[in-house]
Amino acid sequence: MAALLAIRRSGAAHAATWRGPLVSCQRGAGALADTVYDVVVSGGGLVGAAMACALGYDIHFHDKKILLLEAGPKKVLEKLPETYSNRVSSISPGSATLLSSFGAWDHVCNMRYRAFRRMQVWDACSEALIMFDKDDLDDMGYIVENDVIMHALTKQLEAVSDRVTVLYRSRATSYTWPDPLSTADSSPWVHVTLGDGSTLQTKLLIGADGHNSAVREAAGIRHVSWNYDQSAVVATLHLSEATENNVAWQRFLPSGPIALLPLTDTLSSLVWSTSHEHAAELVSMDEETFVDAINSAFWSDANHTDLVDSASTVLQYAVAFLKPTKVSARQLPPSVARVDAKSRVQFPLGLGHAAEYVRPRLALIGDAAHRVHPLAGQGVNMGFGDVSNLVHHLSIAAFNGKDLGSMSHLTGYETDRQRHNTALLAATDLLKRLYSTSATPLVLLRTWGLQATNAVAPLKEQIMAFASR
Amino acid sequence: MWGTRKLSSSGSLFLGVFKSGCQGTQADCSRLTTSAVYLPNQFSWTQQLKPWVFSEYRIMWFKSYRMNFACLNTMKSYRYPWTRPYSTSRTTVDSSEVKTFLALAHKWWDEQGVYAPLHSMNDLRVPFIRDNLLKTIANHQPGKPLSGMKILDVGCGGGLLTEPLGRLGASVIGIDPVDENIETAQHHKSFDPVLDKRVEYRACSLEEIVEETAETFDAVVASEVVEHVIDLETFIQCCCQVLKPGGSLFITTINKTQLSYALGIVFSEQIAGIVPKGTHTWEKFVSPENLESILESNGLSVQTVVGMIYNPFSGYWHWSENTSLNYAAHAVKQEHPVPAGFVVKGETEDRQADTSTSPAVHDELKK
Repeated sequence: MAALLAIRRSGAAHAATWRGPLVSCQRGAGALADTVYDVVVSGGGLVGAAMACALGYDIHFHDKKILLLEAGPKKVLEKLPETYSNRVSSISPGSATLLSSFGAWDHVCNMRYRAFRRMQVWDACSEALIMFDKDDLDDMGYIVENDVIMHALTKQLEAVSDRVTVLYRSRATSYTWPDPLSTADSSPWVHVTLGDGSTLQTKLLIGADGHNSAVREAAGIRHVSWNYDQSAVVATLHLSEATENNVAWQRFLPSGPIALLPLTDTLSSLVWSTSHEHAAELVSMDEETFVDAINSAFWSDANHTDLVDSASTVLQYAVAFLKPTKVSARQLPPSVARVDAKSRVQFPLGLGHAAEYVRPRLALIGDAAHRVHPLAGQGVNMGFGDVSNLVHHLSIAAFNGKDLGSMSHLTGYETDRQRHNTALLAATDLLKRLYSTSATPLVLLRTWGLQATNAVAPLKEQIMAFASR
Repeated sequence: MWGTRKLSSSGSLFLGVFKSGCQGTQADCSRLTTSAVYLPNQFSWTQQLKPWVFSEYRIMWFKSYRMNFACLNTMKSYRYPWTRPYSTSRTTVDSSEVKTFLALAHKWWDEQGVYAPLHSMNDLRVPFIRDNLLKTIANHQPGKPLSGMKILDVGCGGGLLTEPLGRLGASVIGIDPVDENIETAQHHKSFDPVLDKRVEYRACSLEEIVEETAETFDAVVASEVVEHVIDLETFIQCCCQVLKPGGSLFITTINKTQLSYALGIVFSEQIAGIVPKGTHTWEKFVSPENLESILESNGLSVQTVVGMIYNPFSGYWHWSENTSLNYAAHAVKQEHPVPAGFVVKGETEDRQADTSTSPAVHDELKK
């Protein structure tokens, strides 16, 4: 039994699983013998675990029963590993606020993370660049290893085990939705069957099971998606010399964007999106060649053309004339000395968006609702944004005594998030496409566009504000 | 019919027909009772014909908003058919209205169905009840703020308001004279193990439980009820009797104004045509002033009277200073109730005494 399994794995945390069925058994009705949860979160990744955690800590959910289903094992770091993980996330200030709202950010701070204050994005085909920086001492974002965030969430989930039950190594095999015209005898809840055959019921199911979401599939929600002709290569890199290292670098190559994210004074994390073949090549080549490839990707001017260069210089002069106080000077990225052994991994990229985020008694969050190109570093932040918004709506609903699965507040979540997510999705997709070409007219266009954006401070602030939510 | 023409006519004409419409409705009343029974049937039938597949969900919702508006006021009378000719005992329940109601009994919990306005009214009335009750509790339990409170929901219907109050931790008794309503409510809560323990339903009228539950409840809720009560004075007296001293009475109802006649009866019944004609009796609507005087004369001091406006296009209610359509009232039973034996005769004196002591806040809010 899943519950038995879970108890063995994480001890006292799962006493609640047993209490539930016993209580409902007293009712005697066979069909109702399952535990009825208020919320079941399917998928215990970063976003799903954050969802369960946020609900567990919400004051209006103190009387609710929450269940988190995770197919994988419990992930706690007994001791912080010396080597950095190659899977890192750029955490926006908004996401950090969410994580600190239920205490997880403290764990992250006690382990390790790196704040960055500037972000420089530039074009391989021209001199155009855009520089985002915070004048004040605020951080623009944080680079955190996914394992560290997961550990923090797991710790916080343990602390609310009386409200949030977590079933590790358990997976839902089928979902039965209530009849929307439910009239008489049928149960109004969502029925979930687990891999071991046990069943449970929930008033609200939250699908957080990634971009191949089984929940979304089972609900029959239409999903727009396409694969990019790109894979991302990630690796942990050692810099040639120790620097302040508080800048996130990204350069748009015609084959795809390459990004260098700070981890420590001497370590950075690489995310290089490029063609599948090139990615495979990068992963398999020897370390020295790999490092050379990275350095030349950041430094090479081979893609420049005279026309675009002179055109961009003209605009540069015009901007300098109109705005004599030059804002931010171009900085040079640090050079890479070597790559951490075995840290190179490649994975395919794609875009996806669910036509609906909610149905009666169902909400999709994170990659189950939207999948995005990593070029803006927004994937997990969009997911955390979903969590914070959905918790907000559910918390109000709970305080108003509402049925948690009711569409009246779920549509509020959907409206809020689709407005934000589709804009981001469209923008990243457009950027990806615009920068995938080296055709001169488009290069010219994007060069001017980027330079102009860089010159208009309020516009940049808007972009930063949007991305840091 | 003339009703259709009026839709396109100007506002002044609208009010002009008001008088004649009033008489017309009365005259037609008996003749139309039979059709009244069947109209809602057809209505629900057409709704079921729609393929209620998920992809059409939103479209349906939009459609239902439009229909809801017209149905808005009908349901109120479906909900309380017990107070037909004099006396409040169950034997006087109008059988034709019961039939009409039965056609809709299974619709109570369809959030997008005919009762959608009542579902969305919860966004206002639950916080209204919750916040006013929370003022009286020093420290409440997070997650179930109303725990420890005993609430009576008079005319609970399918339990639309009873369940949210139960979820907030209160132990609630919902009463309704229509057996089918109680059956629906009972069945619906049985799926929720938590609510099943906190909520109890009884098919009876308020008068029947006054004796056994005297001074039992921390709060009595009569939402969308009093406009169907034939003897409001007795009804309020009963509410007062079952309240603990210091307990709260919450009332939401519809005002007795020309506007409520125009929208509640002329528009819903005559123009939109979905609501059977003659369903409502405008004469039974209650003005806030009248309600307040009855409350005050029965030892209940009125704390708040505030208007509620329904937007048929968005499907949401919002608070308003304007009480000319729907409004909500909160009154508190005084710790030293008026001596027993008072009836209507003592009313004027009591009212004078009460108004002199009533807080200034009350007058402000009344506006």
